[in-house]
Amino acid sequence: MAAPLLRSSTGEVPDQIFKVVITACGLAILGMLVLIVYELTSRSAASWHAFGFKFFAASDWDPPNEVFGAKPFIYGTLVSSLLALIIAVPLAVGVAVFTTEMCPKQLRGPLSFFVELLAAIPSVIYGLWAIFVLVPLLSAYVEPFLSKTLGWTGLFVGPAYGFGMLAAGVILAIMIVPIISSITREVLLVVPQHQREAALALGATRWEMIRMGVLRNARAGIVGAIILGLGRALGETMAVAMVIGNTPQIVASLFASGHTMASVLANEFSEATGDIYTSALIEIGLALFLVTIVVNALARLLVWTVTRGQPARGHA
Amino acid sequence: MTGLAVCTVILVLAPLAAIFGYLVYRGVGSINWAFVTQIPKPVGEAGGGMANAIVGSAFILGIASLIGVPLGVGAGIYLAEFGRNRLGSVIRFTADVLNGVPSIVIGTVAYSLVVLYQHHFSALAGGVALSIMMVPTISRTTEEMLLLVPQALREASYGLGVPRWRTTLSITLRTATSGVITGVMLAFARVAGETAPLIFTALGNTGWSRYLRLGLFGKTWTVPFVESNQPTAALPLQIYVYAISPYDEWHRQAWAGALVLIVLIVAAVSAVRYVVRRGTFGSS
Repeated sequence: MAAPLLRSSTGEVPDQIFKVVITACGLAILGMLVLIVYELTSRSAASWHAFGFKFFAASDWDPPNEVFGAKPFIYGTLVSSLLALIIAVPLAVGVAVFTTEMCPKQLRGPLSFFVELLAAIPSVIYGLWAIFVLVPLLSAYVEPFLSKTLGWTGLFVGPAYGFGMLAAGVILAIMIVPIISSITREVLLVVPQHQREAALALGATRWEMIRMGVLRNARAGIVGAIILGLGRALGETMAVAMVIGNTPQIVASLFASGHTMASVLANEFSEATGDIYTSALIEIGLALFLVTIVVNALARLLVWTVTRGQPARGHA
Repeated sequence: MTGLAVCTVILVLAPLAAIFGYLVYRGVGSINWAFVTQIPKPVGEAGGGMANAIVGSAFILGIASLIGVPLGVGAGIYLAEFGRNRLGSVIRFTADVLNGVPSIVIGTVAYSLVVLYQHHFSALAGGVALSIMMVPTISRTTEEMLLLVPQALREASYGLGVPRWRTTLSITLRTATSGVITGVMLAFARVAGETAPLIFTALGNTGWSRYLRLGLFGKTWTVPFVESNQPTAALPLQIYVYAISPYDEWHRQAWAGALVLIVLIVAAVSAVRYVVRRGTFGSS
């Protein structure tokens, strides 16, 4: 008697419906990925058939004559992102070490709050600020100084307009510091306390303790955090498009203007006329997508090995 | 060495202070009543504002939330309650990876999904693009918040004969409400400032997409209106267009727009947090 009564009150049919609906929501995430891949590949097929692999090796970008090569954009994306990493990594790791190892307890909360506030500012506002504050600053002070002292390297030559690769690298650096430092902080926090105590007991100074007891143990996770920052920098669009100068060229000088894969999409996509032009732009989008997928997957795996499956998030 | 670490902190905080300081300085100097009530004036004329962009942004974000929030929360429930298996891990990893997909790429996808079928730019396309960006974040935070709910609570509910769906919705989800909503607001704040996915989906608009004529109180009122299938202005988009323009007046308006955007994002997030906190206290 009891069994059927129980069954009717637990409501198996609604439970089944609930499970199906909820599972569908979960599968929707997979669906989105499939949809993105499908749309990007099918819409870029025309360009792929016309240019093949040469698309990524050719450096001519001439829409009126329907000649397309993505090399200047790949170059711009790589150089601006690497520049950003060179500036941001020491700063971000320094901030993370300071907040976890040195900073007085009362300061810890506000400090990470302020650093994460940087992550909440929309990219277009970074761009706006860069146009009116950073670029004039670079052209008036930083670039003349760099060309005087380091001009012989060939990286800092030419007129100091402010707009260009250097400005893009600096604004990207400001934007990726929060993600690198917040994930580095998470990774440093899971380094066992006894590692620190052991190093100190062996007579290490605080600095030696941080270097050998903490940073060495967290190496893989920090590399993961840096790669996540790289992923963010590769795909960052607005701020870069607003300051990089938007010229598809490959020039060694960082003062020269350039273009990135993301910025060319932002600038030209809505005005692209002709199927092959749109298709070429979508192929750049596909390439950008694949690169960021690989970079992010790699970074997640590295962070996971350190935090042992604890989800690593930007905001924590 | 401590000195060096302190230097890095100062170097990181300096741009933050500079950005906020300059934003407030330029923004407060440029904002006025006309800015939030009027639509843009033609080039060369002083005055005008971004009322259409503010409403357009709210509209696009509304569409994005309508699609993204249920889907994201649903996926989060799946991951927390049914996702302790292989498929769950795959979905979890996919969500993390989707989180890192550049917003401009998502814009391209929304363009080919919606704009190419509708044959014109629209608020709907912009909303779809933003919703795709919201889902991964919302699902992962929802999952984390649901996992914080003690297992004993679920068992107590099952013990009382409450079916699983009811337990999940009325006990687990309800207990985690404030955390889930915080996650939703984080996703909302993130997409509210997005420009890249709107450039070739919502496109922008220098006026209202439509005017409605209403007879009310014995008079005919012309009410500005936003339509989901028309090109629509959005605040971040307008800031971008004005920032790269050569006109001082537009630069001024870009700063005012940036200030309004930041204030709206912060206000939306804190308002919801406040309401949720009060709601949870009241009910417990």
